[in-house]
Formats: sequence, C-alpha cells, structure tokens
Amino acid sequence: MIKVENLSRVYRRSRTSAFGPRAEVHALRGVSFEIESGRRFGIVGESGSGKSTLVRLLAGLDQPTSGTVTFDGQRVSGRSERRLSFLRRDLQVVFQDPMGSLDPRMRVRDIIAEPLVAQRMPGQDRRVAELLAAVGLPADAGRRFPHQFSGGQRQRISLARALAPKPRVVVADEPVSALDVSVRAQILNLLADLVDQFALTLVFVSHDLSVVRHVCDTVAVLRSGELVEIGDVERIYRDPRHPYTRQLVQAVPTLRGALSGVTTADLISERKPL
Amino acid sequence: MRNLVIGAVLVGLIVLAALLSFLWTPFDPTQVDAALRLQGPSGAHWLGTDRFGRDLVSQLMVGARTTLYVGVVAVGVAAVIGTPLGVFAAAGPRWLGEIVLRANDIVLAFPALLLAIMFGAAFGASTLTAMIAIGIATVPSFARLARGSALQVLNTEYVLAARSAGRSGPAISARHVLPNIAGLVIVQCSVSFGIAVLAEAALSYLGLGTQPPTPSWGRMLQESQELLAVQPRLLIVPGVAIAVAVLGFTLLGDGLRDRFDPRLEGRRARG
Amino acid sequence: MLEVDGLCVAAGGLPLVSDVSFTVGGGERVGLIGESGSGKSLTASAVFGLLPDDVTATGSVRLDGVSEDLVGAKENLLSTLRGSRLAMVFQEPMTALNPSLRIIDQVAEARLIHRTARDRAAAHRDALRLLEQVRLRDVAELGNAYPHQLSGGQRQRVLLAIALANDPDVLICDEPTTALDVTVQAQLLDLIVKGVKERNAALLFITHDLAVVATVCERVLVMYGGRIVESGPVADVLTVPKHRYTKGLLDASDLEAVDERGRLHAITGAVPAAGQFPSGCVFRNRCPRADDQCRVQPPWFGEPEQGHACWHPAGGDE
Repeated sequence: MIKVENLSRVYRRSRTSAFGPRAEVHALRGVSFEIESGRRFGIVGESGSGKSTLVRLLAGLDQPTSGTVTFDGQRVSGRSERRLSFLRRDLQVVFQDPMGSLDPRMRVRDIIAEPLVAQRMPGQDRRVAELLAAVGLPADAGRRFPHQFSGGQRQRISLARALAPKPRVVVADEPVSALDVSVRAQILNLLADLVDQFALTLVFVSHDLSVVRHVCDTVAVLRSGELVEIGDVERIYRDPRHPYTRQLVQAVPTLRGALSGVTTADLISERKPL
Repeated sequence: MRNLVIGAVLVGLIVLAALLSFLWTPFDPTQVDAALRLQGPSGAHWLGTDRFGRDLVSQLMVGARTTLYVGVVAVGVAAVIGTPLGVFAAAGPRWLGEIVLRANDIVLAFPALLLAIMFGAAFGASTLTAMIAIGIATVPSFARLARGSALQVLNTEYVLAARSAGRSGPAISARHVLPNIAGLVIVQCSVSFGIAVLAEAALSYLGLGTQPPTPSWGRMLQESQELLAVQPRLLIVPGVAIAVAVLGFTLLGDGLRDRFDPRLEGRRARG
Repeated sequence: MLEVDGLCVAAGGLPLVSDVSFTVGGGERVGLIGESGSGKSLTASAVFGLLPDDVTATGSVRLDGVSEDLVGAKENLLSTLRGSRLAMVFQEPMTALNPSLRIIDQVAEARLIHRTARDRAAAHRDALRLLEQVRLRDVAELGNAYPHQLSGGQRQRVLLAIALANDPDVLICDEPTTALDVTVQAQLLDLIVKGVKERNAALLFITHDLAVVATVCERVLVMYGGRIVESGPVADVLTVPKHRYTKGLLDASDLEAVDERGRLHAITGAVPAAGQFPSGCVFRNRCPRADDQCRVQPPWFGEPEQGHACWHPAGGDE
C-alpha cells in the first residue's frame, strides 16, 4: 500500500563560513521498504535516525532529495500540495507532543473537525460527537481548550482528529513517549481498539523497542538515516542479525531481565540477548 | 499584574479626560484673555493660565483628544498594514520575505520626524500629516513582530497537523497564525501608542503637527519654552501629561505581555 | 548515611509531599519510583535544599556527620555540603551546565569551590581524570569544548563527573536518563552504578521507569500522591507487590502481559491534579478494591524499610 524506494533527504545547513560548501545533514539515505495494507508497521530508531523525517515524507509534508514515496500506486513525493488531496483523505498523522500538536487557541471540537473543514466534508458536528465517544472523551470536551486537558487526554484528541476523515492509514509518531506509564497503557489499548474497529493500517514510529514489540507485527530499524534491519517483530527481538539491532535490544532494561539478575554492566557488554 | 493595573489606570485617566472634554471643560481652551495672562493656579483656573490667558486644564483635556486621536489612527494604520505584511513575509515565498525585510529596514532608517517633515513640506503641516507620518514610521515594528512570531507559529507541530489535515496556506495563516500572534500584536499596539504619543508631541512642538488653535500638548511646550525660568509650571504641566501618557501605555503593554505569555499559560493550567 | 523523617513539602498551603520517611545507607542503591504528580522530584529537591521560593518543607533530613537538620538549615551550611558530601545529577543536562564555560573548567570548578584541589593546576588534572572515569572519549579535545558542542549523553556524563568530583557520600539522580537514547542510557546507568560503588556512596535514584529502577537499585520506594505507598527490596516489591497502586503500575508497564484481546492491564482514571487527591487513601478513587474503610488513611504496615500503606493489599486475598 505504501511503497518507499531509495528515499533520501539531505538538509543543507545555513552558512557558518563565507567560503566552501555548506554543511549537509543526511537525514535519510536510500531507504526502501513496503508497507502492506492492514499491517501494523513499526519504525524504530534513536535520535538522529531519521524517523521523524521519514514520517514527514510518508505524509507528504516534506519533499525528498531523491527517491520516491508511493501510496496505493500513486506518487506522493514530488507532488504539489494541491495535488495531494487523495493522500490527505486516506492518511493521517498523530504527532508526538500532546502539548504542541494542538492549537492552544482553538476549541477541541474545531481541532477535531479541522480535517473535515479542510477537505470540505459535511456532517461535522455529528462526526465530532462520534469521535469524542470513540476515543473515550466526554461529550462536553468539544467546548473546551487543549490546556484544560491532561497529556493522555490530549493524545485522545489527536487520535480523534486523525480519524475524522475516515483514513485508511494512521501514522503515529511517538504517540506515547511523552506519557506516564499508566496513561501509556490506556492510550495503547485505545489505539489497538481503534485499529481493529476501523480496520486501519498502522505505522508506529518510536524509539522504544518494547512498545513497538507490543504494538506491531513488522518492524524496520533505522540508524543514522539508514534502514539497518527489517522483519517480523518477534524475530528481530529474539534473533537480531545486524550488530546495531543487537546492541539496541540488549541495551533496553527490562523488568524480567533485572529480576533475573541483569545488571547495568550487562546492558552494554557484548552479550547475546535473552 | 501590577504593571497592568497601573498602566490601565493611567490610560483610563487620559481617555476619561478626553471623553469628558466633549461634554464639558472648565473654560473654552481657545479663548484668549489678555487680562488673565500668566496667572498661577487659583480657584477658577486650577492649573492657571498661559501667556495668552488660556486655561491650562481645558487645554490639557482637549489636548488629550488630539493625542489619543493621532495615536489611534497612527497605530491602527500601522497594525492593519504591518501585521498582514509580516505574516505574508513569513508564510509566503522566501524572496517575498526578503523584499519585505529590506523595505522594512529602509523605512526604519527614517526617523518619524524626518518623514513628518517631508510630508509636511509636501502636503502641509496638519494633524493628518502627523498621523500618516507616524503611522508609516510604525509599520516596520509591526511587520517585524508579525513576521517573527508568525515564523514561530509556522514551525509548530499543530501547523504541521493542519497541513496534514489538508489545510491550504492562506487558511493556515488565517486560522492558526493570526489568533496565535494576536496577543503579541495587541501588546505592540500598546507600546507603539506610547511612542506615538511622544512622536505627536515632538511634531507639534516643531509646528509640524496639529495647528493652532486646536490645543496640543506638544505645542503647549513650544509656546511656553521661553518662559521656563519665569513660569516653569507652563512646561511642567504638559510635560507631565505627556510623560503620564507614555508611561501608562508602556506599562499597559508590559502588563498585557505578561498576561499573554504562553509559558505562563502552561503554569496556569497544570494538565 | 541519609535519614529522612516525616518530610512534608507544601506550596501555599497545598500539600505536595506528605510524611515521607526513608533511609539510605552508605553503598546502598535506593530507587524512588513514581509518575508525574507523585512528588518524587520535589522530595529530591527538598533533600537537596533546592526548593523554589514559594515552596516550603517541614520534617527532618539528616546527613551522617552533620549535627544540624538539613530542613530549614542556613544556605551557608547547605552550600558547603552540596557538591562535596551531597551531590545531584539532574534531568536536563543543557540547563545544568554553564553554556559559556569550557567543560574542563566546569569540572575543575567543582574541585576548587570545595577546596579539594590545592590549586588550579591540580584541579585541572583532577578534572581530566574525572572525565576519563566517565568514559568521555578524546578527553583532551572534548574537555576544551563548550556544552553546546556535546551530545546529550556526553553532557550527562560531564554532569556525573561534576557530581562525583568530590567523592560525595550521597548521590541523588533525578531522572538522569529520561531524555537520552536507550544505548546512551545504558552507558550512563553503568557509569552511575560504578561511580557509587567505587566510592561506597549512597544512591537515591529517581525515575518513572520500573525496568531501570530494577536494574540499578536494590531497594525501591513507590510514591503516589505525595506519599510513599510501598517500600522494600526490588525483588520483593516488583514481583509480589502489596499496594494496589504498585500492582497496577506493574501490570500497566508490563507490555508482555496482555488479556485475551491483546490489551494491556491499565489503571482506570488518571492521576489527579495537585491538591485533588482523595482524602484517606490517596489511591482509592482509582483502586479496584477500594471500599469504605479506605476513607481512613491507611497506616504503615510492616517495617520501616519494607512495608506498605494499604488496607487491602494484593496477594492477600487473591
């Protein structure tokens, strides 16, 4: 459904000296993969891995330096904003920062209805009410402003907004990273319910391998802009092939591991993971 | 909070005086009476009279009208022209932004005074000339402010979300950028008002603004400047009025700025 | 080494931390676990004497060898203790380092302030040694760099070096790895553990991450609503939790424990805002086993070092 071929994105920094070429940041280098319809596709990477850049390119919010992004056979990369309306209907993004991804001066009902307004879809009031119920928010939440809600509730608002135009794909960029553990469980459950209920294809981006393992069936590992390993999530966790993936799996502290004697020294040694 | 209250009170006083002057003033401010020249404060003339026998309190009140009138029009014009210009420069193509910035810098290089003199020479000195000159000279500060804060807003995740929802550029500017910079623009209005008051006084002092017989604080200064040693009261009274006006508007602006600070908003609403 | 008794922190009459008591001995690694709004960071700040102006602390904090109580002590005394006997590593490395001073100078300064180094030259040498101990590669080159030229992980190592500079007896770490990548976190955690082991220092490690606290610490204190609701050895508390909140937290954070639909076991409701916790047991409005008895605040059941404050502990009647 989503196809990425040889995708690269290079940023050129502003000048620091009068002579010589400008510094270049290779956010993505020749990344290729395919996401099939109905999958729960995870993208794992630490800071600087290029995962945020990848999210923007998948959503048509940025243009690649080279390579292509295709959605359902149609090209996304290289298209002007005006010709991307097909994508805006079928693919929506849930962003990371529950504080920053909601306009502080807009009421919640306007925030949720925004995709409908932008794409001129009718029945907005009814849809907003449906969505508030679907994400577990009270009906009067629509009248209030984002700052009156907690982080977990703001993520529910983000989810409601993403679901408004009835998309087929939801791209979630670190949706639970800023949340407390108990809230994280609620939001992950909600996400799973929504994906089931609306038969969504999910692209889940995170730095947290454990969360990705719980949520996804397939995972792609990014490092410094390169796709290092891709495959079934259980296989990657149990038998990582690339040395970086191995290092990543091993470095994650787990409760089970700690209780069976894993120490801080073990997290960084050249040991094979459990 | 304290700034806001003090500023509001001072500004309120001036507005009240100006409004009251439409209904009543102790005396006709333009009435000349040679017999009553240069009198000190008395029961009839609370602040005394000037060299032409005109009552000072009445001149102050009607002068307040002029001050506010010029301020409102000048700042209004500047805000209405400068804000969209700044937003356009931020949201539009890069080359447009550059042109606006450079044009801004050029206008900024001209002191309002110089512009007023040019205008005065071209169109004749008057209240209107003063307003237009001050207005044009104030546009760059609005454009700069609008551009800077619009850029910040355009870099937020919620604008990215709006683009992902399918919003077009102009819709984003109208629906997301403007409401989020409105607070700062209002603060700038208040601060610019203070500057406009000073500018109007300066222009009137130079004879380039409001013409006689309409009272104006700046001209009150100019008309009495030779009498500084003899009757300092004649300069202190309008001087203090100007100072109070500028202080009031500036404090109001500071107070509003604190009120609108988004960081404080986070503290007020503990999610 | 460090004894905290009945510590309370309030801001303008609003209680934020209530009745916190614990001890940390030399060489012990104790974790303080809680989510946002639990009061864990405030507890650390209160122990360190760095509360904001409008926040006050009452109770007792005693450091071995210091006759005065640290709560309410004069700033003079506190500043001689901070950085020498009592040290802290904060969460945000960028704000804790002076952006206009070189790294090596900031580390050396720690030695000079407390006169543990004789002169500038000695302090400089000590600083190099400390930076090597935190495995900062290319020490000579990086030492001359400014904070903004370093990565987040490198900055945290520098903060750790500064904290350990004068061989403190107590090291407090407040979410030191929360903002770091997993691989960088692993490195830093190992450095912290080695650092306190070498000095036989007491470690108070504050975090929201159960897996981290289990890997780093031997004992753990669980905080909720400004109170310690359970404490004990890591192996006990995190395998057989007694307090319902601890159990809920463990279940919710276990991403491998799912029900028949594949869903995690979440705690219902959300953490109340400060001052809006229920009377009696702080957790009763979200607890599946709450009843009328819970309107009365539960006492501490068990020993001071291992126990819980719950009328209906888990594992009893399951």
